[in-house]
Order: sequence, then C-alpha cells, then structure tokens
Amino acid sequence: MCTELEEKAKLVRQQILEMTISAQHGHIGGSLSCVEILLTLYYKIMREQDKFILSKGHAVQALYAVLASKGIIPVKELKTFCQKGSRLEGHPINSVSGVEVNTGSLGNGLGIGAGWALASKMDNIDRKIYVLMGDGECYEGAIWEAAMFAAHHKLDNLVAIIDRNKQCVLDYTEDINKLNPLADKWRAFGWHVSEVYDGHNLTALQHALKISYLKDKPRVIIANTIKGKGVSFMEGKIKWHAGVPDAEEIKIARKELWI
Amino acid sequence: MLQDIQILNEKETRGGFGEGILEVGRKNKNVVALTADLAGSLKLNAFIKEFPDRFIQCGIAEANMIGVAAGLTIGGKIPYTTTFANFSTSRVYDQIRQSVAYSGKNVKICASHAGLTLGEDGATHQVLEDIGMMKMLPGMTVIVPCDFNQTKAATMAIADYEGPVYLRFGRPKCANFTAENAHFEIGKAQLLAEGTDISIFACGHMVWHAVEAAKILAEKGISVELINIHTIKPLDEAAIIKSITKTGCIVTAEEHQINGGLGDSIANVASRYCAVPHEYVAVMDTFGESGTPNQLMQKYGLTKENIVAAAQKALLRKAK
Repeated sequence: MCTELEEKAKLVRQQILEMTISAQHGHIGGSLSCVEILLTLYYKIMREQDKFILSKGHAVQALYAVLASKGIIPVKELKTFCQKGSRLEGHPINSVSGVEVNTGSLGNGLGIGAGWALASKMDNIDRKIYVLMGDGECYEGAIWEAAMFAAHHKLDNLVAIIDRNKQCVLDYTEDINKLNPLADKWRAFGWHVSEVYDGHNLTALQHALKISYLKDKPRVIIANTIKGKGVSFMEGKIKWHAGVPDAEEIKIARKELWI
Repeated sequence: MLQDIQILNEKETRGGFGEGILEVGRKNKNVVALTADLAGSLKLNAFIKEFPDRFIQCGIAEANMIGVAAGLTIGGKIPYTTTFANFSTSRVYDQIRQSVAYSGKNVKICASHAGLTLGEDGATHQVLEDIGMMKMLPGMTVIVPCDFNQTKAATMAIADYEGPVYLRFGRPKCANFTAENAHFEIGKAQLLAEGTDISIFACGHMVWHAVEAAKILAEKGISVELINIHTIKPLDEAAIIKSITKTGCIVTAEEHQINGGLGDSIANVASRYCAVPHEYVAVMDTFGESGTPNQLMQKYGLTKENIVAAAQKALLRKAK
C-alpha cells in the first residue's frame, strides 16, 4: 500500500523521466534524488507564507513536476521542458510561478535565501526560507560565505537541505575532494545540523524538517539520497547526471517507474 | 557656456555617495546598506550612525553580499552594496549575472575607488574593465557620475528606479563643479557646452579634464561640444547622434580600458548611424601600477593635454 505522498513521488519520477525523453536533455540523476525532499517540503512542511529556493537548479525537472502536482503550473506544460519558447527552461527562472530567483550557477542560492530571511526578520514577518542544495554544490566558496553570514545573523528562519547523493558529474564526491565530515563542517559554522539517513524516507524527512524548537541558529538537514533513485540502472551510477536513456533503457525505466 | 563652468570646491565622489545614501535613507525606509568591510572607504559612517538596523556588515565575502542583496530585494528592500569597484564587479560577476541581472533584482551595486585614481595600492585594485563588464549585462543600468554633487544626486535617484544599477565613483578629491541639488535623470546625457567643431564625450573624473581641455581648445578657436555621459547604459543615443551629426568628429575620454568602455559605446552608436573620425582617451589595453593619482593619470595618458591632442588629431582626420 502506498501513501498518497508515495503515489505522488511515483508520478513525479515518471514525469522527470518523460521530460528527459521529450527534451532529449536534462539532469535526471539529481532530479530523481531529491523527489521526496521536495514533496515533503511542499506537502508537509511549508506554510503559505514560506518560500523555497532551488539552489541546485539543475534538479529543475523535479521542481517543475512538484509545482505541477500542486497546481502552480499546468501539468500539460511539463512536456514543453527545454523546448524553444517554453518558460520551462533547463534551469529555473522567475517567469515561472513559484520561482523567485534564477538559479543553476551553483553556490548562489544560500546567500539569496539568507538575504530573504534577513529581510523577513527586519520586517518581523513570520516566514521561513527553505534552500535545497546539492552536496557537490558545497564545494563552492559562496556556500560557506553564506553559512557564516546566516549563523552570525542568527537566521533561525533559514533552513538548508543538502541532497547528499554523493555524486558529481563524472565522479563521487569523496573521490573528488572529500566533503566528509560534512555535518561537522556545518556545526563548526554555527548551524544546527540534522542528518537523515534515508533521504527517500518521507517520514524521516518530515521528522527532521519539523524540528522547530531551535532559536537563533539556521538549520541544515543533510539528506542521504541515491542519485538516479527509482531506476535500477541509474541508481548510484556516474553516467546519469545528465544522461538521456536510449530506447532499450527507456523500456526498462518506464517498467520500473510505472510498477 | 563653457566659461561659466567653474570649480566650486574639491571633494571626493565617494563622499557624494555617503551623503546621498544618508539623505535617500531618510526618505525611503527600504534603503539598506551592505558592505564587505569597507564602510569607512565608502563614507557610510553617517548612515550607519543614523540607521544601525539598516546596515548589514557582510565581511570580506563579496559573493555572499551580492546574494544577500538579491534576497533582500525579494523581501522588498532596496539594497546598496558597497565595496571597491574591482570587488564589486570582476570578483562577483557570476553572482551579479545570475542573481541580480538575469533575475531582474533591484540591487544597487555601488563601487568606489574605480580606475587609476585609486592610486598607491596598484593594479590589483585599479579596475579598468568594470564599465565594459557591467554594460554587457542585459537589464543593467550603468552610471558614472562626474563629481561629488552628481554622485550624491545619482545615489538618491537610483532608489526611485526599479532595477539593477551599477554606480561607479572614485577615491580622490577632484573638482566639484556641477550644481548642488541638481536633478539627476538616469539615461539623459548632460550637455555642458554647445559647440560646432568637435564632440567630446566624457564620464567620471575625466569630465573635468574635458572641461579644461575644451577651454584650451576654445582659446585655439575650436568650438567644442562637451557632453557628460553620466549614464553609459541606457545610452542617450539621440543626444549623441544629434551632436556628432553637427560636429563630424569625436573624442571620448574615460578612466577605463580602451576596450569596452564609454568610447566603444559611442563608437557603436556612431557606426550604426553616422560614422565619423573618433579618437579615444583611455587606458591602452594595459594594467595600471602604484603611484599617486596624478602621476598615473599622466603616465597612462588621461589628462587635459591628452584630450586636446586627441581632439586635434580627430579634427585633422575630419579635414581630410
């Protein structure tokens, strides 16, 4: 028996695959890894006044599918992904409802989120800003500039989530430049850190994201995920950062995602 | 009239910025100031004293300062980011391109110590490419005021304009000669003197040198049309076309590389509408070095004498 959110996760994964097929382009691996994170945020955590920034902009297929499932953009628009004339660009732009800032050049979303969170505090607005980053994105220096800033300004209305799928374009993070111990780095920068050992477990994600008793500290949730989650031959395999499946692979992927 | 343009006093353009942000801060509560450890250099002390809660010290982390500013705009603030011109531009070009220009955010990037007149700290700090970098960004407004009064007026005017702005000014004391409290209109060229023989277009510190050059040329019987292009983008094409159609030759003067600055903007207009002989007074594709502002302006050919010589050359080409 699937829960309603699990059903939505299935649908979102199907749509991610179909967008990649129709566009013959996209970032399927890192989109599939953050499906449960986005669904938890949009269905269980974010209130009307809360806002979201997709700092790992290449996972935009997952965002578009979730926005469509929320009725923020039309479902039928998804098939225009990356097509000439479509507003559904290969990375998010703010002509799409629900997108405030154009992202995709990695490292920039957290600072923007910090500024937005600070503006909310200055005006005593009860608003939380959620920023989803990739783990490979944490190589960018601007992330750590923002991390220092947010802790210094006690931005407890800023929540970062790291999609820890442990892969970059053509290698594994721990073989490129070690990110671990990642949680300790964030703690040292003054953040409250939670780790979710299975970033595809909706209950665990909800539990971690609901922690709200902390004052004066920004929060980061490191969600351990699998790049390419849901398609057996993509899971954890390097090829699928931006790969497009061939005819045989499409058959297998469709079979697995439609079960 | 050219002869009516006189020095009122000598002041730093960055001081005009400091007074401008204080005054506009009083009028508009959404104005906030950010800095990357250079509040003193940017003359923010009075603003910080009066509005401590609207001042955000980002530390030496310029990329984050631009990101935070972009985020503040989403929350309805009008952020003025402040640091030296090179750290305002080349260092954070990606953040400006993605999060400010492409995202259409209302960030005011305020850049002091631009050009050679930064002086002694040398070429690492003397950005001479910033006008080019910033004007290439779609949607970016680029303003280079000529003196203290105009910098103050521009600093205030940009708060009322919705959209990203690059405001460039400098470090040293220089001639303050435009009228106090004059209205500043973004995108409108300032005609300083009408003339018939040659059009001189200048921006920033070079405007005063152009005034002095025009006076020297007038003594030689040459009638100069002198125009202050304080807004490099959007460019007042109509004013430029009108002037060069009349005079038939051009000198441009800027404290910037010859590539990509004011001169190229003017040449772009001229080549599309009415190409005429054009001489550049600019830094000739080289980096600067340590020295006093005056020493460097002389060594790199940015003086009134250089403008006079360029004008004579342009006039000779026109006569051929």
